[in-house]
Amino acid sequence: MITEETLLRQSSGKGRGWDRVVRGIFATLTYLILFIAVLLFGKICWDGAPTLFTSEAPFINTSFLFDKNETLHVFDTAAGERLQLPASQYMEYVKQHGEEAIFHHKSFSYSGGGIIGPIAGTLLLTAGSILLALFFGVSAAIYLSEYAKDSPFIRAVRLAILNLAGVPSIVFGLFGFSVFVLAVPIITQEPASRSLLAIPLFGTGSFLSFQGWNSSLLAGCATLACMILPVIITASEESLKSVPQGFRDASLALGATRWQTIRTSVLPFSLPGILTSSLLAITRVAGETAPIMFTAAVAAKDDLPWEGISNPFEIFSSQVQALPYHIYTLAARIPNSEYTQRAQFGSVFVFLLLVAIMSFSSMYLRAKMRAKLKW
Amino acid sequence: MNHAIQIEHLDFCYGTKQALFDVSMDIPALQVTALIGPSGCGKSTLLRCLNRINDRIPGAHVTGGSIKIHGIDVMRPDIDLLKLRRHVGMVFQKYNPFAMSIYENVAYSSRIAKIKDKAKLDEIVESSLRDAALWDDVKDRLHDSAFGLSGGQQQRLCIARAIANRPEILLMDEPCAALDPLATLKIEELIQDLKKQFTIIIVTHNMAQASRCSDKTAFMYLGKLIEFDDTGALFSNPKVKQTEQYITGSFG
Repeated sequence: MITEETLLRQSSGKGRGWDRVVRGIFATLTYLILFIAVLLFGKICWDGAPTLFTSEAPFINTSFLFDKNETLHVFDTAAGERLQLPASQYMEYVKQHGEEAIFHHKSFSYSGGGIIGPIAGTLLLTAGSILLALFFGVSAAIYLSEYAKDSPFIRAVRLAILNLAGVPSIVFGLFGFSVFVLAVPIITQEPASRSLLAIPLFGTGSFLSFQGWNSSLLAGCATLACMILPVIITASEESLKSVPQGFRDASLALGATRWQTIRTSVLPFSLPGILTSSLLAITRVAGETAPIMFTAAVAAKDDLPWEGISNPFEIFSSQVQALPYHIYTLAARIPNSEYTQRAQFGSVFVFLLLVAIMSFSSMYLRAKMRAKLKW
Repeated sequence: MNHAIQIEHLDFCYGTKQALFDVSMDIPALQVTALIGPSGCGKSTLLRCLNRINDRIPGAHVTGGSIKIHGIDVMRPDIDLLKLRRHVGMVFQKYNPFAMSIYENVAYSSRIAKIKDKAKLDEIVESSLRDAALWDDVKDRLHDSAFGLSGGQQQRLCIARAIANRPEILLMDEPCAALDPLATLKIEELIQDLKKQFTIIIVTHNMAQASRCSDKTAFMYLGKLIEFDDTGALFSNPKVKQTEQYITGSFG
């Protein structure tokens, strides 16, 4: 029986009031998180943006982005003016005015000049490790999803891959150090004394020496790739599995082989999903410090990775600077002062921008692919 | 009568679950044979046995009987599946063109057969599209994506793709299930043209469609072949009670 009483809103009620309180608690917590996030990014932007942006055209401080990293020298001139100059300009100044024109001299390592070295290093490490991880990861995902029959062994393999995703990054760093830096085989004319095993290749005068790749771009990329492999494998497998069975049937029914079928009717449709996983991987790889600390990164390096090498492949065997490691160095390894802030927050700000740009470009790529491949 | 396919006492299982029980039927060449029956009756399973596309499902296997195409047992272990499927084409319920141009979709099977001659490819593509009554619709945009076509056109593209191989037998698994009535009508007309060149076996839920476009009709129920006869005879004068109940709509 419907009466006004059963339908009209009760003006007061205990249940309703309690509901409002609960809603208030959840809302407060949500806005608290938002507040903290805004505070964090606000602080970085507030302190970092002035380093990168200038008030005159082209509005971007290109010297911070594209100059090499140098020591910062702070001193007073004879006129009492306080100057901050990177090492190269400081040398000029001393040459012109002589040592006696310098008062209250202080120097801060890594804080002057620009950060092209760390930027280039991070870009190379990210690109290299993503390419490596995509190659191995997608191959493994194709095997697991398209070829392997469901068996206890394959289930164990899947579980092992999933567990790998939970291993802390410092463990990957040590693994990379002991394997890629010290133990993987290379072909060389003269094996190092620390080589674990040197097998002579008869007729060539070379040895297959298990002495590792040293601390190098390649070792760093390989270590980072190992770290993100589980993410890429799992996500790629899911993405391959979500391609409708009908696409595979259509190709098989035309007399195509498994591989032809995968290439033409499965992979193109799973690419957006695979890209999504590599998107997550990019931000993770670019931001990790622990895995590259022992395997690829150096705090200071005068040459850019592609400078001073006799052939292009040497780029892989050279050490690099990297943004997260550079930030760590600036924050923890040198005394902090008002003069180091520019480099510190500037680096952090550029780093955030770089990660954002990489993420957005792969998001854009994914959206474009999705639009093209609708079914 | 010339039989393209002879199925003898076929038993088929998905793992431990038996899906086909002792199915025997002779399918005539250059005619349309319709398989009807309620969902899960095994008609699609039977169809998918003919080009052995069920092989990829784990645990699916024939447990008894045989399927002979022109006298050759297709279940023999030394059958080359890739070759078999070039002779037995298939069109699916949901139209599924590849993510390529219209041209490349039709040329796909020729490309995997390593035909490289451009003139020959053009000829195969044109004749297949003509046979599928699609040439006039798409001849000006052969290199556009296949996804730009309407549903009915995409399904006809899939038919063109299947007959580009020049198979002898064409399997159709509910080809009109995802189409509107007008597109369905076009496909049915197309089937009448195609049966001059191909032996067609069509699975359909739509009894009116079976009666309109097939020469022979098989009624299946719970994995068994209940009745198999000329379409006219089966619909006007069914011999088995279950068939009569099904086609008059008493169940199913």
